Amino acid sequence: MLAASALECVRGDRTLFSGVSFALAAGEGLLVQGANGAGKTSLLRILVGLSPPAHGEVTWSGQPIRRLGEAYRHALAYCGHPNALKDDLSALENLRAAAALFGRKITHEAARAALARVGVEAAAELPVRHLSQGQKRRTTLARLALDSAKLWVLDEPLAALDADGVAWLAATLDAHLEAGGVAVVTSHQTLPVRARFANLRLGE
Amino acid sequence: MSPVLAAAAGVVRRDLLLAMRRKSEALAPVLFFVVVASLFPLGIGPEPDLLRRIGPGVLWVGALLATLLGLGRLFAADHDDGTLEQMALSPEPFAVLVLAKVAAHWLIAGLPLVAAAPVLALQYGLPADTIAVLVASLVLGTPVLSLVGAIGAALTLGVRGGGLLVALLVLPLYVPALVFGAGAVDANLAGTGAEAQLSLLGACLAISAFFAPWATTAALRIALE
Repeated sequence: MLAASALECVRGDRTLFSGVSFALAAGEGLLVQGANGAGKTSLLRILVGLSPPAHGEVTWSGQPIRRLGEAYRHALAYCGHPNALKDDLSALENLRAAAALFGRKITHEAARAALARVGVEAAAELPVRHLSQGQKRRTTLARLALDSAKLWVLDEPLAALDADGVAWLAATLDAHLEAGGVAVVTSHQTLPVRARFANLRLGE
Repeated sequence: MSPVLAAAAGVVRRDLLLAMRRKSEALAPVLFFVVVASLFPLGIGPEPDLLRRIGPGVLWVGALLATLLGLGRLFAADHDDGTLEQMALSPEPFAVLVLAKVAAHWLIAGLPLVAAAPVLALQYGLPADTIAVLVASLVLGTPVLSLVGAIGAALTLGVRGGGLLVALLVLPLYVPALVFGAGAVDANLAGTGAEAQLSLLGACLAISAFFAPWATTAALRIALE
């Protein structure tokens, strides 16, 4: 479903990576690894269409994502390195605002249930400023449970997560892939998933 | 509600909620406006004719500079915490979400200026029907300031010292709104009727409402790359 052919990324006069190609079918995941500065985040930003590649093309269901536009973004959930949370809003308000951005109105109860699933229900009403890094990460990831997106692109989702959080994320990824979804994840750690994850190493 | 409107309403609601949580930041433009417009009569002294002559210009310049105050932060906070990326990746058109942000900016920074203007105008001894024209010109003009200002804020996103740069970029573009806005009030004072200037101000609003979201969106996409 998601395919990349001969992607090249150039920053200034430095080539971060070139000739990156892969194809993922429904139910498959890709784990992107590499040293700091190898271009993992740059690759993800190219995959979601935030930055254009210097060379090559990303296709979704056989169509270039540039041409698909909104149809592609409908199928996409992206969690970047920043948490995309507002420090002055509570976790509940953040989650509802994030859902509204995707044209989905969710009820107070649905948002609360999603936060309970990631284990931050106790801090749901607190301004996010007072939450720990791990709790912030969990709040960001709670969005995945609400979304019906087919393609998940997660940048360092394990950063700041504790063992329970990692287990929850692995189980959620497994369920997502079993349901026919696709996921691209970067991580420095190993991801304890059962589903098939191809490995892509950048900078080698 | 269609998904597009729901997404736009969600952006407006979130920004209003954030403004409520940081009241001092949100109130800064209107406080600045009140201070500037109140200092002029004190500095110039009680000369009714002179005050009436300079009143429209001072009030309009005050409103314009007050709008500039928070402009640098319009997209900066969203850019820093990653929300802007999420907006760009939303399935709803980015331009509509940007327009919603500008609308929220006007509600927070522009509308209080419109509300404060009649009271401040009393200090300049403007007659009632002139005050009505002043309010009308601000209702049409302050959205132009927000829309055009958003282009400048988007172009200087991520630039160090962007606040000053925004002012330099945007002030020349504010000139038509200032000329027509203050001109409408002057024309009413002179008894020639303000319809022409108000119509031109309306035209400015129509043009900027059409082109500004598009230009802002293009600048934001470049900043996000």
